[in-house]
Amino acid sequence: MSVRAPDMKALADRVLAGERPAVAEALNRVEDTRAAERARAADLMAELRAKGAAKLAHTIGITGPPGVGKSTLAGALVRKLRADGRSVGMLAVDPSSVRSGGAVLGDRARVAFDPSDEHVFFRSLASKGQTGGLVDAALSAVGVLAAAYDIVLVETTGVGQTETDVRDVADTVVLVIQPGSGDTLQFIKAGIMEIPDLIVVNKADEERLAKQAQADVKQALAAEARAEARDVAPEVLSVSALHRRGIDELIALLDKRAAERDPEALSRARRDGSAHWIARSYRRRHGEAGLERIGGESALHARVAAALDGGTAPERVALDLDQPA
Amino acid sequence: MWRSTSPQTGYDAERSARAGEVGKVGVPSGHRPHDMRALFDGIPLERMNTSATINATIRRGSLVYVALQRAGRRPGGLSGYATTSSRSTSPAARTSLPGPSVAAHGRPHHARGPPCRWNPINICSYHLQEAGATPSEELAYALVTAISVLDHVRASGRVNAAEFAEVVGRMSFFVNAGIRFIEEMCKMRAFVELWDRITRFRYGVEDSKFRRFRYGVQVNSLGLTEQQPENNILRIVLEMLAVTLSRDARARAVQLPAWNEALGLPRPWDQQWSLRAQQILAHETDLLEYGDLFGGNRNVQAKVDELVEGAWSEIQVVLSQGGAVEAVESGYIKQRLVESNARRLRAIEDGKLTVVGVNAFTEGEPSPLVVDGNQNVLTVDPAAEAEQVAQLERWRRMRDIAAVSRARDALRRAAERGDSVMPSTILCAKAGMTTGEWAGALREVLGEYRAPTGVAAAQTSAGRAAPVDVGGSMDDVDSLRMEMKRLERELGRRPRILVGKPGLDGHSNGAEQIAIKARDVGFDVVYEGIRATPEHIVKSAVEEGVHLVGLSILSGSHRVLVADVLKGLRAAGLERVPVVVGGIIPKDDADALRADGVARVFTPKDFELSAIMRELVELIHVRASS
Repeated sequence: MSVRAPDMKALADRVLAGERPAVAEALNRVEDTRAAERARAADLMAELRAKGAAKLAHTIGITGPPGVGKSTLAGALVRKLRADGRSVGMLAVDPSSVRSGGAVLGDRARVAFDPSDEHVFFRSLASKGQTGGLVDAALSAVGVLAAAYDIVLVETTGVGQTETDVRDVADTVVLVIQPGSGDTLQFIKAGIMEIPDLIVVNKADEERLAKQAQADVKQALAAEARAEARDVAPEVLSVSALHRRGIDELIALLDKRAAERDPEALSRARRDGSAHWIARSYRRRHGEAGLERIGGESALHARVAAALDGGTAPERVALDLDQPA
Repeated sequence: MWRSTSPQTGYDAERSARAGEVGKVGVPSGHRPHDMRALFDGIPLERMNTSATINATIRRGSLVYVALQRAGRRPGGLSGYATTSSRSTSPAARTSLPGPSVAAHGRPHHARGPPCRWNPINICSYHLQEAGATPSEELAYALVTAISVLDHVRASGRVNAAEFAEVVGRMSFFVNAGIRFIEEMCKMRAFVELWDRITRFRYGVEDSKFRRFRYGVQVNSLGLTEQQPENNILRIVLEMLAVTLSRDARARAVQLPAWNEALGLPRPWDQQWSLRAQQILAHETDLLEYGDLFGGNRNVQAKVDELVEGAWSEIQVVLSQGGAVEAVESGYIKQRLVESNARRLRAIEDGKLTVVGVNAFTEGEPSPLVVDGNQNVLTVDPAAEAEQVAQLERWRRMRDIAAVSRARDALRRAAERGDSVMPSTILCAKAGMTTGEWAGALREVLGEYRAPTGVAAAQTSAGRAAPVDVGGSMDDVDSLRMEMKRLERELGRRPRILVGKPGLDGHSNGAEQIAIKARDVGFDVVYEGIRATPEHIVKSAVEEGVHLVGLSILSGSHRVLVADVLKGLRAAGLERVPVVVGGIIPKDDADALRADGVARVFTPKDFELSAIMRELVELIHVRASS
């Protein structure tokens, strides 16, 4: 491994400098499941997380039911962020075929941005076959983009497992809904859908509808907050991604959130997200038997938390768990 | 009049030239207003019927009128139409402009003071069949597109009731006719019945002359084969019967493809052969001496009823989603077409659908019509490209800049307000604005449209959890999936390919079917739809970390586009990623492409998708292990 370490160091430096081919190579590497390659990828990620810790980008998860205009919104955000001179890394998750595991990754086509712009990097990921949800490599993929770009967007179709997963890799979760989407509100009320940090009512092209939708959401949230006795309600914002209205306000809100967040709390949240991620992925791959081998649920969590607190990169922690001691 | 790709899609010649497309898909002209006049010079327009494509940009095409007015011709004698297809349902006619709104603007303007018998909208369902539509689907999606346009016009309040009936009367259609010519004939009769029902009951049009279903046709190119291509002329003649036999549902205009379209671009002689077929039918046979031959025929009426019923219920499905525009936006229509096409291709692959010379009766004598190399087809003089660009530059220098900028401002204002763009479009033409500039101004205001590809969500039986009736091909898919698993272990991650459609041609059916098949055997497939630039494709290949790049090109400009992609990939350090190309590619060109570094060239005779997948797996494996 010591022989391999130097080239991963060089690659990490190139990723941090935002070199496109290096970012692409790093993303290929973190997806590689061969044992030797996983070790290299863990080295790479350790390097990136150590060197890039200070500048890791604000990662924003964009989720919501199909057809609400998430891609259009992502495109509008990218255009505006680029106009402000900020670079953007984007990860889009497309559903994969249950039978073959293959997927058509078509989201690039829907997120309109200038293809000649070197400061926008777009990578597609297929979701996990059976259960939905993000593939194991997603945590590292977000890490690579966060080291290379100013802002990272993760776009997913928020159904089932995916929504929980995105919570663990993103600093901020934006739920996108459209006016009159009663289902979403029912989910929130019933506690099925986790509470996002921000709710965006898209397609607010008509003022009356948009106001109504915003009022509905607020009402649902208030009911939920009473039931759960929580005090922090997510902000609700109306936009029209298509007509690029409300985009500046949305970015301002996101920036405000990033600026006001206590660095301690942020790194704690990131650590917790990684810990959840590692534990869940371990359980998925090794099942009950694997859990028993390690001494049960709480032993798994304790071991992961201790390793992360000790400064070990998540990818290394996951790798170590897989090697029988 | 089928214009070259750049005026069709609202760009100037430079964009076509970059893609090597000048003069390959249509007439290499039409960027400058007076190109239109030059184009029609010497043609007795007052006795002609003109059909011009494509929807959004042909708003400008109706300014033929202006050109003719200047030339002192009598406008009243001009008749014709511009094809308008629902922007998604006809992939080739999709422009990068938001079509329906521009199209709807044009109608009331013409209806109020029609400058001539020029019909500003023609609903094109030709591409629906090319994209895989069944007869019922072709009927339903064409008619529901017409309904959406008419609903829009009526709701706009720009025309009164009497004018509206006239608008209805000016709707015309452009359809397809395939080889199952009895069913296709019944489809045309079904069109007539359905249109009468819609215009009478939905729009309350009393005058029967405004309820007439008027249509032109180009018979099917989809079924033309590369193998034993001489047989195609027989297919073409049979397909022509479908739209001519019924007097009560006869086409107003017939255009026939050429026998060698699956080989490359037809030469003048090839087109003449098809023209003669029409002339023989019209002038030698006794077809035109009879009234309707099928009225009251039980078998024909039963088929017509079945098609009417199927189409009517599909029309209701689309209307329940809000209409054609909504069903396009949501990808519903496109997805249905992609699925139908996948079924058709699988039937050919399985031998359930017989195609002579392709999956049956493949033996035979060598054809004297087919010689080696590129001599079977038209080659375009590359000088035409440079000449177009130079002409355009000269034109831009000669114009009154201030007038151009005034006209552009007027156009932008109209588009911003949602007013009719026709008056300002006339100003633009008078000021000498080019097609690319005109469309560019509209793009700035209205944005650029990228249609849903319909691929991501398309279900095929092979992709379903519980496969239905796929017969022998399931084994094939299963064994391919095993090969894919081996490849995945070898690569360390799931094999990933990019399917790219560079250039301005919009024929995406092949690319879509490859993308779906690749997904069904287990590839991750990056597919971004039509009109990607080579730079765009290279960027995607880099960022997505693909193991192979497949390019689909049907504009005849494969040499230029492929060279650009190869160069870009090399510059990006991806020289080891194999590139394969599919399209209508003459043998000499295929040899040249391979010499340039293309790993494999697929042409229409490679109809077995499983075999293509196997080759892709092998190419990636060989590249990975070397």
